[in-house]
Amino acid sequence: MIVLRRLASALPSIAGVIVVTFLLTRALPGDPAIYFAGPAATEQAIEEIRHKLGFDRSLPVQFVGYLKDLVHGNLGNSLSTGQPVSQELLTRLPASAELTFLALFLSVGIAVPLGIVAATRPGSWVDHTCRIVTTAGVSLPVFFTGLLLIYVFYYLVGWAPAPLGRLDIYNSAPPFRTGFYLIDSFIAGDFETFRAALAQLALPAFSMAIFSLAPLARVTRASMLAALGSDFVRTAKASGLSHSRVVYIYGFRNAVLPVITTLGMVFSFLLGANVLVEKVFAWPGIGSYAIEALIASDYAPVQGFVLIMALLYVLLNLAIDLIYGLVDPRVRFTA
Amino acid sequence: MRRREFLKTAAAGAVAAAYIRPVNAQARKDTLLTLSENGPNNIDIMGVGTNRPGYEVSWNTYDRLISYGVKKDENGNDHYDQSKMQGELAEDWNLTDSSVTFHLRKDAKFHDGTPVTANDVKWSFDRAVTVGGVPTFQMKAGSLEKAEQFVVVDDHTFRVDFIRADRLTMPDLAVPVPAVINSGLAKKHATDQDPWAMEWLKNNEAGGGAFKVDKWTPGQEVTYLRYDDWKSGPLPKLQRVIWRVVPSAGNRRALMERGDADISIDLPPKDVAEMAAGGKVAVVGSPIENALQYFDMNVKMAPFDKVKVRQAIAYAIPYQKIMDAAMFGRGKPMFGGPAKVTTTEWPQPSPYTTDLAKAKALLVEAGVGEGFETVLSFDLGAAVINEPLCELTQESLAQIGIKVTLNKVPGANWRAEFAKKTLPFSANVFGGWLDFPEYFFFWNYHGQNSIFNVASYQNPAMDKLIENAKFESDSAKYKQECIDFENLAFNDVPRIPLFQPLLDVAMQKNISGYRYWFTRQLDYRQLEKT
Repeated sequence: MIVLRRLASALPSIAGVIVVTFLLTRALPGDPAIYFAGPAATEQAIEEIRHKLGFDRSLPVQFVGYLKDLVHGNLGNSLSTGQPVSQELLTRLPASAELTFLALFLSVGIAVPLGIVAATRPGSWVDHTCRIVTTAGVSLPVFFTGLLLIYVFYYLVGWAPAPLGRLDIYNSAPPFRTGFYLIDSFIAGDFETFRAALAQLALPAFSMAIFSLAPLARVTRASMLAALGSDFVRTAKASGLSHSRVVYIYGFRNAVLPVITTLGMVFSFLLGANVLVEKVFAWPGIGSYAIEALIASDYAPVQGFVLIMALLYVLLNLAIDLIYGLVDPRVRFTA
Repeated sequence: MRRREFLKTAAAGAVAAAYIRPVNAQARKDTLLTLSENGPNNIDIMGVGTNRPGYEVSWNTYDRLISYGVKKDENGNDHYDQSKMQGELAEDWNLTDSSVTFHLRKDAKFHDGTPVTANDVKWSFDRAVTVGGVPTFQMKAGSLEKAEQFVVVDDHTFRVDFIRADRLTMPDLAVPVPAVINSGLAKKHATDQDPWAMEWLKNNEAGGGAFKVDKWTPGQEVTYLRYDDWKSGPLPKLQRVIWRVVPSAGNRRALMERGDADISIDLPPKDVAEMAAGGKVAVVGSPIENALQYFDMNVKMAPFDKVKVRQAIAYAIPYQKIMDAAMFGRGKPMFGGPAKVTTTEWPQPSPYTTDLAKAKALLVEAGVGEGFETVLSFDLGAAVINEPLCELTQESLAQIGIKVTLNKVPGANWRAEFAKKTLPFSANVFGGWLDFPEYFFFWNYHGQNSIFNVASYQNPAMDKLIENAKFESDSAKYKQECIDFENLAFNDVPRIPLFQPLLDVAMQKNISGYRYWFTRQLDYRQLEKT
C-alpha cells in the first residue's frame, strides 16, 4: 500500500520533469543545425539540416511529437553518436551503476566502521584520522584524485591497467545478462574477464569512494555520538549489557537512519555527477554521454538522461522509505 | 544480499588483480591501437552531420574512383601528392575537355563479395548530389551538380560529363564524399521515405575498401578487420585496427608514453612539444594545408573600418610570444615575411612583425591615438589554443592604449555567433580540403560574404581577382592573379594571419608508413608495425 501511494505521489514530479527538460533543452544557447552542418556548410545546407531534424517546427508541435514517441518508449535519436537514445542509455547505465555500486560499497565499508570507532573513542587517533580523511575527501576534487591515482598506479608504478574504459582492449565483454561485467563474467564462469573488469574498476571506484567517504563518515560519527549519549544507551550500560551489544544493537541501530538518508543522497549524487571520473577513465557511462550531448546541443540524449535520472531518484527515494520502515517501525505507522 | 556478498569478495581481489596481462606478441604486431578525443557519429560520409572521425571510417572502408600519389614533405615525412592523381577503383581514365571516362577494375568486389560495377558508382554519385547538405555542397565545389552528369557506359566503364570547365572537378572526385557504395546491398535497406538508405548506412558499412568495420560502439570504440580481397591497392600490413575514444588528453599521452597505445591524434600543443622533446615516442607535425589561424577585424564597424587601424593592430600582435607561450612551437609562423608577395603559395607569411612604435604611429595617423575599447571573441571549444593567444594579445594591445575585453563563446554557439557578423574582433581558424589559394580566398575574402568572411570584407578589385583566378586557364596569368590578391589581402589586412596549424600525430617508434592526408584523419592502409 505504501509502495503504491508513494509511487502515485511521484507521478506529478515526473510529468513536471518531462515538460521542464523539454523546454530547458530548447532554451539552451547554440543551434544544433549549425553544429551538425559541419565547418564548411552554406546557409542552405544548414536550413536543410534544420528541416530534416524537425527544428523548424513550432515548439508545441515538437512537444506533442516528443510525447508520442515517449509513449512508445522511444526517446529519440542522438545526433552526436547517431544511435537511439534508449539503447544508448540502456548500455551505458549498467556501466555507471556498476562503478557507482562498487564505489559506494567501498566507501560504506570504510566510512561506517571509521565513524563508529571515531564516535566511541572521541579525541583518540582514530577520531583524528577520521577527521583528516573526511576533510581530505571533500577537499580533493574527484577528477584530481582520479588523475593522481592514474599517474601513480598506472604511469609510475604500472600496477593498474591502462585507463581505457571497462575492459582491456584484448578482452571481450561477457555475454549480456545484467550489463554488470563483474556479475555477467561471474555467471559465465569467465574469471579472466572478471579479473580484467575488476582491475579496470579499481581505480575509478577508489577515486569516487574517497570522495563519498566524507559525508558518510561524518554523519555516522555525529549520529553515533548523539545515540551513545542518549538515555536508553546509558540505561543499557547500567543494566550491564556488553560493550559491543550496547554500541551495535542499541547505539548503531538508532544512529543508522541519518546514515541511510545520506547514503541515498550520496548514491544519487555519485550516479549523476560522476561525469568527471567517467571522462578521466574513458568510462562509457551515462554522465559523460549527457555532458557530450549537452556540449553539442543534442536535445534527445539530454532529455532522456534527465528523465532516466528523475525515474531513478523516484525509485531511490521509494527504496529508502521502505528501508526506513524496516529499520524504524514507527515510520510504518505514521506514513 | 547476494550482490553484497559477491561484491565483498570482489573488492578483496581488487588489489591483487591489478597487473597488466601479457598479450600474445603476434596479435599485437598485426593489431594497431589508435586513440582520439572523439569517435564517429555516423559512418556514412553522405550522412546528416557526419563528423570528422566519421570521415576516417569512410575513408578506410570505402574506395573512391581515384586518389592521390605520395611525396615527401619538407621534413621527409610522407605526404599525399596533390599533383599526382592515381587510380583506386578506376584502373585508368580518359580526360577530355567535356568529360572524363573511368575504366573500373574488373576484379574489385565489395565486402559481401558482389562485384563493383559502374551502376554502383552512379548510384553513389547520384546519392551525393541529391541528399543535400554537406555532400551535395562538396560535390558542387567541383561542378558536380546533377545526376545526368553521371553516365554508365557499361558494367566497368563510367563517364562524368562536365557542365563547365573547372580545375577542381578531378580533385573533388578524390575527396571522401564520392565514395563508392554497394548499391545492391544499400537498396535492400531503402524504404519509400528513405530511398537512399540514409538510416541503414548510418550504422552499417557497405563498402569495398581495404578495411571492414568489425564492430562499432558509438562514443567508445571502432574495430576493423582487413579485407583480404582488396584489389584497389597493395594489401595493408595491419590485420586489425582498434580505435578507442579517450576523452582526456592527459590519458592519451600517458597511454602513448607507457607504450600501451600505438598512435594518437588530437593532442594539445604543450603535450606534443613535451612528447617530442621527451623522445619516448615519435611525433610528426605536418602543416595543415590551406589552413590558417588568424584574427578578424570587422571592417563594417568603427574603428576597424580604417585600414590604418587594422594595420596598427597587425603591428601590435605579440607574434613570437604566441608561438612560444601558446603554441609551444607547434605551428608554422605566418608573420615577418617579405614586404611584397612574390609566390602563389598559400598560406604564406604576412609582412607584419611586432612593432609597437609603428603601431602607435599608425593609430595617431588614423586619428585614434588615444586608443579605444573593443571586445575580442573566441571559441571555447579550442580554448587550449585560443585562450593564451587572446590573453597575450590583450596584454600587448593595452600597451598602445587599446582596451580589450575577452568574450569566451562556448563551442556549440561559436559558429552561430560568428555567422551573425557582429563580432568586432575575433580569433578563428579555417582550413580547406582543396589546396588552392583561390579556394581559400573565395571563402574568406570574397564579397559574396560567405560565413567565413567574418570581417565582412568587400572589395570589387579583390572579387575580380579571385573570380578570374578560379576559372583561369593561362598559368602565368593565374599566378599573377594569386600574387595580386594575396598582396591586396595583406595590405588591406581585414584578417591578421598568425600561424599555420600543425596536424600533430604521436606514434610509437615501431610504427612506419604514416601519411598526411587532407582529411586530417588517419589512413590505416599504409601503416605498418615492426
